[in-house]
Amino acid sequence: MIPLSHFLTLGAILFTLSIAGIFLNRKNVIIILMCIELMLLAVNTNFIAFSYFLGDTAGQVFVFFILTVAAAEAAIGLAILVVLFRTRGTINVSDLDQLQG
Amino acid sequence: MKLVYILTPLAPLFGAIAAGFFGKKLGRVNSHRVTIAGVAIAFLLSLVALSKSLSGDGSVMFNETIYTWMVSGGIKFEVGFLIDRLTVVMMTVVTSVSLMVHIYTIGYMHDDPGYQRFFSYISLFTFAMLMLVMANNFMQLFFGWEAVGLVSYLLIGFWYKKPTAIFANLKAFLVNRVGDFGFLLGIAAVLMYTGTLNYSEAFAAAPSMVGTTIELIPGVAWSALTVTCICLFIGAMGKSAQIPLHVWLPDSMEGPTPISALIHAATMVTAGIFMVARMSPFFELSTTALTFVIVIGSLTALLMGLVGIVQNDIKRVVAYSTLSQLGYMTVALGASAYGAAIFHLMTHAFFKALLFLAAGSVIIGMHHEQDIRKMGGLKKYMPITYWTSLIGTLALIGFPGFSGFFSKDAIIEAVHYSEIPGAGFAYICVLLGVFITSFYSFRMFFLVFHGKERFDDHTREHLHESPKVVTWPLILLAIPSVILGALTIGGMLFGGFFGDAIQVDPARDVLAKIGKDYHGVVAFVLHGFKVPAVYLALAGAVSAWFIYLHKPSIADWFADKFSFVHRILDNKYGFDDFNQKVFAGGSLLLANKLWTVGDVKLIDGIMVNGTANKVGLLSTVVRKLGSGYLYNYAFAMIVGLLAMLSIFIFTT
Amino acid sequence: MPILSLIIWLSIFGGLLTLFVGDQRCRMLALVISIIAFVLSLALYFGFDSSTAEMQFVEHMAWLPSFGINYSLGVDGISAPLIILTTFINIIVVISAWEVIQDKPALYLASFLIMTGFMVGVFAATDSILFYIFFEATLLPMFLIIGIWGGPRRVYATIKFFLYTFLGSVFMLVALIYMGSKADTFSILALHDLALSAKAQTFIFFAFFVAFAVKIPMWPVHTWLPDAHVEAPTAGSAVLAAIMLKMGGYGFLRFSMPIVPDASAQLAWLVILFSLIAVVYIGFVALAQSDMKKLIAYSSISHMGFVTLGMFVIFGIVANAGEGAVASQDSHVVMALEGAMVQMISHGFISAAMFLSVGVLYDRMHSRQIADYGGVVNTMPLFAAFMVFFAMANAGLPGTSGFVGEFMVILATFKANFWYAFLAASTLILGAAYTLWMVKRVIFGDVANDNVAQLTDINKREKIMLGLLAAMVLFFGLWPQPLVDMMHVTIENLVQHVTTSKL
Repeated sequence: MIPLSHFLTLGAILFTLSIAGIFLNRKNVIIILMCIELMLLAVNTNFIAFSYFLGDTAGQVFVFFILTVAAAEAAIGLAILVVLFRTRGTINVSDLDQLQG
Repeated sequence: MKLVYILTPLAPLFGAIAAGFFGKKLGRVNSHRVTIAGVAIAFLLSLVALSKSLSGDGSVMFNETIYTWMVSGGIKFEVGFLIDRLTVVMMTVVTSVSLMVHIYTIGYMHDDPGYQRFFSYISLFTFAMLMLVMANNFMQLFFGWEAVGLVSYLLIGFWYKKPTAIFANLKAFLVNRVGDFGFLLGIAAVLMYTGTLNYSEAFAAAPSMVGTTIELIPGVAWSALTVTCICLFIGAMGKSAQIPLHVWLPDSMEGPTPISALIHAATMVTAGIFMVARMSPFFELSTTALTFVIVIGSLTALLMGLVGIVQNDIKRVVAYSTLSQLGYMTVALGASAYGAAIFHLMTHAFFKALLFLAAGSVIIGMHHEQDIRKMGGLKKYMPITYWTSLIGTLALIGFPGFSGFFSKDAIIEAVHYSEIPGAGFAYICVLLGVFITSFYSFRMFFLVFHGKERFDDHTREHLHESPKVVTWPLILLAIPSVILGALTIGGMLFGGFFGDAIQVDPARDVLAKIGKDYHGVVAFVLHGFKVPAVYLALAGAVSAWFIYLHKPSIADWFADKFSFVHRILDNKYGFDDFNQKVFAGGSLLLANKLWTVGDVKLIDGIMVNGTANKVGLLSTVVRKLGSGYLYNYAFAMIVGLLAMLSIFIFTT
Repeated sequence: MPILSLIIWLSIFGGLLTLFVGDQRCRMLALVISIIAFVLSLALYFGFDSSTAEMQFVEHMAWLPSFGINYSLGVDGISAPLIILTTFINIIVVISAWEVIQDKPALYLASFLIMTGFMVGVFAATDSILFYIFFEATLLPMFLIIGIWGGPRRVYATIKFFLYTFLGSVFMLVALIYMGSKADTFSILALHDLALSAKAQTFIFFAFFVAFAVKIPMWPVHTWLPDAHVEAPTAGSAVLAAIMLKMGGYGFLRFSMPIVPDASAQLAWLVILFSLIAVVYIGFVALAQSDMKKLIAYSSISHMGFVTLGMFVIFGIVANAGEGAVASQDSHVVMALEGAMVQMISHGFISAAMFLSVGVLYDRMHSRQIADYGGVVNTMPLFAAFMVFFAMANAGLPGTSGFVGEFMVILATFKANFWYAFLAASTLILGAAYTLWMVKRVIFGDVANDNVAQLTDINKREKIMLGLLAAMVLFFGLWPQPLVDMMHVTIENLVQHVTTSKL
């Protein structure tokens, strides 16, 4: 049987990949969105692994919640993206420095 | 009697309010009627008080609180009256001279647009001065003290369009404030050491102050009494214009002449003399303070008289003469001859008011020309003014038989007998002062009334004797200037007249010593011929005649040969320049430096805005961290999270 | 009847109402509200029992009971006169704005009414957190008043004003929370009895000191005041000088001295030093001013120096009195504190009057520069009479209220140290110098220029406004007894508190 630590390692790898994706990506906002999805998936993996090993189904319930929220979030994110492209004409991450003080 | 005493100051106050607030509605005539009525009532009531006092035994007639101003921490601040012989003398002098001046003003200020305002002010002054002399406590004394200063300020600046007048009134107020500064500290000292502001209680506690010391400079113990008395006397120096706080009085001549007579000669400037006499129970306990008083007084008497010789403005000559006479009174105070000081104060009030009003009469006749070099030979045009001036001048120089003779001789004798340190110096000063007084008085008299007519034809056409409202007060003041001294010397100086009002240490009671040899008025006059004072006065008069009438070229020769001395006198020893440069200029310079360097540069520039600038600088550096890229912020978050987690893990 | 709440909330809700009735009717409404508030506050005088030091007109309501914070109000002899002063000045302010303010008058009047409510709250609060909230809340209307109706540099002045005072009071909040957590209550009277170690007292003292010294203001944290005054509209300056500065003085009496008596005694020399610097240094700085409002602002700082001097010099007097002397029986101690209080009230009238007088000139000439004037007496004789009167009061002439407080403080200070009194008494000269020199240059002399020649004398509204103030200045100058009576027992009780060590 695959031990818990393997699942957790997989989750951590996925999470780190997504973080690296957010930081290293300078091109496209869509990649950031995808990375966020990946991050959520990493969390889901952990939830399911713990749920299975601890015998508590609450973890799997959470996964459904997260999936729903992630879907909603993806929809909103893409909508924002569309609006962003319409107004600025670009979705290049390097151009989005409006937050600068 | 309580009602009498309350009404005495209130009557002029009522007049002042009526003329001041309703002057326009009342009109000119009614305004002067109501104010003169107020002062006349005060004068009559003072006479009532005087007659009652004379029929009594000289003890305190009345010492009661009218109302309690405030009680704080058990200390009572009250408004109340203390009526004794000293008070009634002052009340009578103040109200009688004030009445004369009120009447005279009708003529003098006849065409002035500020007629009602003027009457309101002088009535207000009478009120304030009465409050001052009638006070039975230090708080009210200070109230009157400052109130007369206020009215003096308003009256010197009465012609507010004249730049010199508004300069002079500010100067007068500020110099007086310097005196008040000392006075207030003196009052604070009295309160601290005696625990009360009431005269009789404070005087009773005064002996207990002997031996108390205060360390003004660490390690040096001063007698508390000496400090108190000198502080109080600084107040008197301001008000009674003693060196070096005398500088305001000559300038105060910018005001209309009636107030020069009333305020700056007869009454207000003598407040300091009155105050020291009133405080005799304190001053008698400190020889140091008395020495200080006598030295300041003799310096004023001599030096200010000398300046009088070179003045050419008719009013300023009289003003310097006033300064010098105030010096005489101060000398008397220092010699513990308080009675003589008050006696001279009284006679001086009349003859100096007379001289001022006569000068005013001359000024009216000369169409507001005040330079005595442009006068001369006025005798035939203004006979009444001439004769009354002569009387005033003779009284001033102490011509035997005139009132000034008695009072001045008493002072000189008192100084002669006095044994306190400084009395020898003072004796020389007052004797020299007699010669000088006589010299400048007759110089002015001759230049104005005798000799060649040095004015133009236009003036001559209009030159005539002043109207009756002007001459009558002159005549009424001339009478006491002649007879008052002879009438009152016996009673006032040697008869224990002041009772408990003035307390003198028997060991230095010089008046008592003189009193032993006193055998009536005639004997006193004859005795006068045995001492140098009379001859000095005559010598002064003769030299004035010789130099200014007989051989006018001598005066120029003197001024030429001794131009150095002349210049010093003309510059009034440089007091004005010194004050202007060092105190006025220095304060402004300091003020500007404190402001531009202290406030603007150091506090605002470095501390307040400096802090803001430093924060600004820092933030320009820090803002570079805010790139605006989301991934940078997220990265920072992760780093922060990692840092916190690792701290959490490694510490537990 | 909850009079204190009524005054506070009537002013605040009345102010909001004023905002909604529009610019036409707002003036009358504001006047009516301010008069009602004043009449209500008179009840504090007539219903006041001056024989007890207890809080009176007490109101108590639980507010945040879990934190020990309550809505509790009450007045004693220290706060009651200040509340009456506040409501009185508010009437004057409404009158002064009548036709002068044409730009958003409703908002203007509303700000003043609301501010009055807050200021009364500051003086009436007996819960320290409630006090703090009112204390800070007063900043907002004043911020608006200077920021909207102010002069050209109003932004700089408002920010400086706000940051300065806010920075100070933050420290106070920390101190209050610390003590509140120790005492389990925020009631001020309970804090008076809270035992504190010497070290804690020192920290708390400085926390309070920063807050109140900025507010009063004291040298060297005074520079916000001249700027705020210069930029503020006339009525803003009047309220700022007349009431807001008093909150600092009140704070010292209500918080610093009774809560941390030992630290106060130990550090009194510092406060006395700053006070004397305020009197002398600021007196000189006032002399150098060419702007009338700035001059009066500096004169305010100098006068407030007497307030702090009177308060803290009592420790010097107590130290001189020696062992065994009972401080509350010492006449000089009581006189110093009462002098400080009288000075606060009197300065409220005089500074308001001075600022309003300058406002009268400013409304006509739109200049505050002394050099632009000269010979105003020729065209405005009645105004000149008022101005000279107020100037004399500012210079501390006996017979005006300005004399009373200074006189008492100087007399009392003498007992602590001759040189303290010497420096304090120098105000007699300096105060007269800067005030009367200004009067000389502005009021006296011949007509200086055409603008002055066209001035018109004060109208009926201005006569009422200045006349009311003149009456008060004269009344308290001639008979300060009612004022002193009101506070006497409270002050004695306070002295007892302040001179009892908490260690």
